[in-house]
Amino acid sequence: MDGDTKRDVLRVENVAKRFGAVTALSDVNLRLGAGEVLGLIGDNGAGKSTLMKIICGFHRPDAGRILVDGEPVELKSVDHARSLGIDTVYQDLALVNELSVYHNMFLNREPVFLGRFLDNRKMRRLAREHLADMGVRIPSVDVQVAQLSGGQRQAIAVARSVYSQSRILLLDEPLAAMGAKEGALILDLVRDLKARGEVSILIIAHNYAQVLEVCDRVNLLQHGTITFDKETAKTSVQELTDLVVAEYRAARQGSAGPAGQ
Amino acid sequence: MRDMTERAVSQTATREPQGSRARALLKGARDQFLRHREASVLIVALVLGAYFASASDAFLTHANLVNIWQATAPSAIVACGIVLLLVSGEIDLSVGVVAALSPFLMHYAIDFYSIPAIPAIVLALLAGTLIGLINGFVTVVLKVPSFVTTLGTFYFITGVVLTTSHAYPAEIPASVDNAIGTWLGAGDWAHLAWGLIIVVIFHVVLTRTRWGLHTIAVGGNPLGASESGIRTGRIKIGNFMIASTLGAFAGLIEAFRIHTIDPNLGGGTGLMFTAVAAAVIGGTALAGGSGTIIGGALGALVLAELQNGMNLIGISANPYFLILGAAILLSMIANVYLTRLRRGGRVGR
Repeated sequence: MDGDTKRDVLRVENVAKRFGAVTALSDVNLRLGAGEVLGLIGDNGAGKSTLMKIICGFHRPDAGRILVDGEPVELKSVDHARSLGIDTVYQDLALVNELSVYHNMFLNREPVFLGRFLDNRKMRRLAREHLADMGVRIPSVDVQVAQLSGGQRQAIAVARSVYSQSRILLLDEPLAAMGAKEGALILDLVRDLKARGEVSILIIAHNYAQVLEVCDRVNLLQHGTITFDKETAKTSVQELTDLVVAEYRAARQGSAGPAGQ
Repeated sequence: MRDMTERAVSQTATREPQGSRARALLKGARDQFLRHREASVLIVALVLGAYFASASDAFLTHANLVNIWQATAPSAIVACGIVLLLVSGEIDLSVGVVAALSPFLMHYAIDFYSIPAIPAIVLALLAGTLIGLINGFVTVVLKVPSFVTTLGTFYFITGVVLTTSHAYPAEIPASVDNAIGTWLGAGDWAHLAWGLIIVVIFHVVLTRTRWGLHTIAVGGNPLGASESGIRTGRIKIGNFMIASTLGAFAGLIEAFRIHTIDPNLGGGTGLMFTAVAAAVIGGTALAGGSGTIIGGALGALVLAELQNGMNLIGISANPYFLILGAAILLSMIANVYLTRLRRGGRVGR
C-alpha cells in the first residue's frame, strides 16, 4: 500500500474478527483517502457487514487497529465513532416511519430549549434548508417518512449523516431494493457529496456496475480479507465479475474434496 | 402542520377557480381530522354527553359531573403510562394491582412503622417506581416479553396485597385523613385537577420532549432507534417506571376518594383493562410507534360517560360491556384503516 498516511482519513490495519468458531475477518487492510469514494464489494458472507460494524464502532476487532486521521483509535461504541465523525447509513436506514422528516433528520441530536423541550421550529427550518442545499426534493419536511419513496428515504438518511458533521460516511448497500430511477438519485447524491469534498465515503455494495459509476477505487473482500484493490479507472465490471466467479468455482472444487466448513 | 395545509390550500386556490377551492378546504379539513385522531374520540365523547344530557336531567348536575370526572381521572392517569408503554412497544398488566398495593404500603408505613404522612406517601409512590424498574429490567435486560413479565408481577403483587392485608380492607390512617387526604382525592375537585395536570404533563412529554420523541422512535423502529444511538433499553425501563408510578398514584387518590383501602381496588384487573381500553379507543396502536395521551384521556372519559349515563337512564350495567367491547373493536378497525390510508399517501401530501 502506498504511504502518505496523513491524507488517509481512515485506515484499517490487520483487523481480524471471530464469532465463536466462525472467522468473519481474518486480516483486513483498507484505507480511505480524504474526499475519496471507495467501493467495498464482496459476496454474501465475505465479511462486509462485520467490517462495516467494526468501523462504525458496533463490534470491537479481536486483532489489528483502526486509525482515524493517522491516529490509532479504539472505538468504544457507535456514539464514540460518531463523535469522531464516522457515521453509517444502514440498509434499514434507521428512519422511524411514524415520525416526520424533520424529526428523523435530527433523531437523537435534537436541538432543545430549557434542557429538554424539542425546538421544532428550528428543526423544521434547518431540515428544510439542509435538504434544499443537498438537492433532496420531498413534498414537505412535515410529512411522515412512511409516505416517502425508497429513494427519498435513502436520501434523507444520507442527508442526516452529512448534516451531523460526519467526515467518514459508510453506506451499507445503498442501492439494495431500489429501482433504477431511485438508484440514480442516490448516485447523484454521492456525486454531489464527492464534488463538495467534505466527506469521504465507503460504499458497501453488491452491484458492481453502479458502484463503479461513482467510486474512485474498488476493494474486493473475499473470505475475510481484501484480495483486490484498484482504481476504478483501471478495472472493469468484467474483471470484478471474473474474480468473484473464479472464487466461486474454487470454492465449489474445494467443497468437493474433504475440506469445506 | 397547520401552515402546511394553509399553504396547500392557497396554492390550489391560485391555480384553480372558485369551485375547487371549497373542495380543497374540505380535503384540508379531512386531512386535519385524520391526522388528529383524538378529534374523533372527542366527537364521540361530546355526542354521548349530549345524548345522556337529553335522556336524563340528572346527567349535567354538579353532583353527577363530579361522579364522571372521578370515574375518568384514575383510568386517564393510568392510561398516560399505558400509552407511553404501548408507544414504546411494551405493555404493563400490573399497573392495576400496583394501584391496590400503594395505599396499603402507605397504611403499613404510617400505622406499623410510625413513618410521618408525607414520607409514607412518597414511599408508596417510590414502591410503584421500583416495581416499574423491576418490570423494565426483566423485560429489557432479561428479554422476557413484557406481557409475560407483567403478568407475573400482576399475580405476585396481587399475592402480596392479599396476604399482607388478609384480604380485608383497611382504614385511611388518621395522620393523612385531613387536608392531605382532601388534596389527594377526597375533595370533589381533586380528581379533576390531578387528572388534568397529569394528562397535560404527559401530553407535553410525549409530543414536545426528546423523551417522547425517542419513545415513538423506540416503538416505531427499535433497530433504527438504537442505530441512531438512542438507548432504547433506558427509554423502555423509564416508561415502565412512569407507568407504575402513575398506577401507584391513581391507587392513592382512589383510596382517599372512597375513604377506605380496598385490596380489590378496581376489581383487581379492572383499572388496568379500563386504562388499556381507553388508550386503544384513543387511537394508540399496540404495535408501538403511535398513540396520543389526549386520546387516551378522552377514551377514559368516553368509558366513564357510558357507565354513568347508562346507569342514569336505567339500563343495567351489563350491556356496558357489550358497548365497551364493540367500541374497542370498532376503534381498532378504524385505527388500522386510517393507518393504511396514511401509508397509502392519500393523506397529508
